[in-house]
Amino acid sequence: AYPRRVKVVEVGPRDGLQNEKNVVPTPVKISLIDMLSETGLQVIEATSFVSPKWVPQMADHTEVMQGIRKVPGISYPVLTPNLKGFQAAVAAGAKEVSIFGAASELFTRKNINCSIEESLERFHEVMAAARAANIPVRGYVSCVLGCPYEGKISAAKVAEVSKKMYSMGCYEISLGDTIGVGTPGSMRDMLSVVMQEVPVGALAVHCHDTYGQALANILVALQMGVSVVDASVAGLGGCPYAQGASGNVATEDLVYMLNGLGIHTGVDLQKLMDTGTFICTALNRRTNSKVSQASCRL
Amino acid sequence: MADHKEVMRGIERHPGVQYPVLTPNLQGFHSAIAAGATEVSVFGAASESFSKMNINCSIEESIEKFEEVAKSARNMNIPVRGYVSCALGCPYEGNIIPAKVAEVSKRLYSIGCYEISLGDTIGVGTPGSMKKMLEAVMKEIPLSALAVHCHDTYGQALANILTAIQMGISVVDSSVSGLGGCPYAKGATGNVATEDVIYMLNGLGINTGVNLYAVMEAGNFICTALNKRTNSKVAQASFNTGTI
Repeated sequence: AYPRRVKVVEVGPRDGLQNEKNVVPTPVKISLIDMLSETGLQVIEATSFVSPKWVPQMADHTEVMQGIRKVPGISYPVLTPNLKGFQAAVAAGAKEVSIFGAASELFTRKNINCSIEESLERFHEVMAAARAANIPVRGYVSCVLGCPYEGKISAAKVAEVSKKMYSMGCYEISLGDTIGVGTPGSMRDMLSVVMQEVPVGALAVHCHDTYGQALANILVALQMGVSVVDASVAGLGGCPYAQGASGNVATEDLVYMLNGLGIHTGVDLQKLMDTGTFICTALNRRTNSKVSQASCRL
Repeated sequence: MADHKEVMRGIERHPGVQYPVLTPNLQGFHSAIAAGATEVSVFGAASESFSKMNINCSIEESIEKFEEVAKSARNMNIPVRGYVSCALGCPYEGNIIPAKVAEVSKRLYSIGCYEISLGDTIGVGTPGSMKKMLEAVMKEIPLSALAVHCHDTYGQALANILTAIQMGISVVDSSVSGLGGCPYAKGATGNVATEDVIYMLNGLGINTGVNLYAVMEAGNFICTALNKRTNSKVAQASFNTGTI
């Protein structure tokens, strides 16, 4: 049995653009988000308040937050790696934030130069500030089905990190197959362990399509009761660990599958495809969405 | 495929490996046998319009032709595999009802095909439509005689194959490197890539006996020869990290 409704979390403007080679002009980012706001999506991750030194693509975070049309009923979460980023985000008008943990020590060390435990301690400050300001926090766990440095990742470790982030106050934990190595087998094994520690209603999956497994992995997650799925319009965002390979699963392809399963998303596939066409034209690149490729007769 | 005879005669036939060939009619069948074929395939469709546009006759007329092939094949102990195109949708008719797929499959099975490969010819199927279609077909044909042939034109192939496997299907068609585009959607992809299917089956602990690396090497060879990029995501990811 499948959930009757699925919440699609659109990460294209953040996770997608962050992994695109060319820096996208601020007006294009704003148009992208405004177009996405017309598709029926309820959650659109708008930008990231990380230091421009590390992520130049997201340097215009304040202008983007202030420039987009905030449609009532739609949430525009932003990434905040620490208290400073959180404060800047709130000052810029953010009403929801995300924090990023990982199920791999080596990945955490390479990415943010500390241990998993230390990264969670940093987040305590963000959680306290968010609670005081009534700002919901979404937690991400990277490398849930494999790590580019450690290789195999134990489901128990994923469950441990997820549980910690959930207990700290994250309303939802998005489990990320960061390098797309997962399969329906490893997805099932990982979820069955995590679901013992975090209620399935608070879980989301964030699958990368680097090995073409994303939709099959998402299907299994849905069968196990997960009803929140992250995706990126046009499949924006490559994989920083496999040159030339794809990254995020395309929102169009996800919605196509959910429509075929009779699962309600509220998303207008045609408007979504039009948005994908817009951003791919602006980026001068081909879409990664197969639904878009098949539908476009050009 | 004009060089069919040379190919049949030129390849190295490994014991235990089958090399079926397509035979649209009795004439083709006789040529195939003369060239050394020991298994053949016939192609039906669940859509009248597709049948007319493709082979210029109705579904029933096409099956009558296949029946001649099947009769000759039986006399010579040659197994025949049946394909049903447009099982999840047709480029001309659109929606195809599961009962029609079941009906055509049953006809092919009754003329003597040992296996029926159900083809999502334009890749429009989803796990939802795959399940409904298989439920209808499984009422008429034993599970062990069914196969799925999914196209990845809308990115749904692996999810559809997974659904079929969950329902008990244990024969899956695929194409190395995802060779073959879609003649009905310019620039779109067609066949699902064997590498990507094997990767998924490996991850599920399902034994295929196939060496993924050997397939990737074959894929690399043919893409180099064709001067094209592979359609396999596993191959794209593996070759680009420098690890195979």
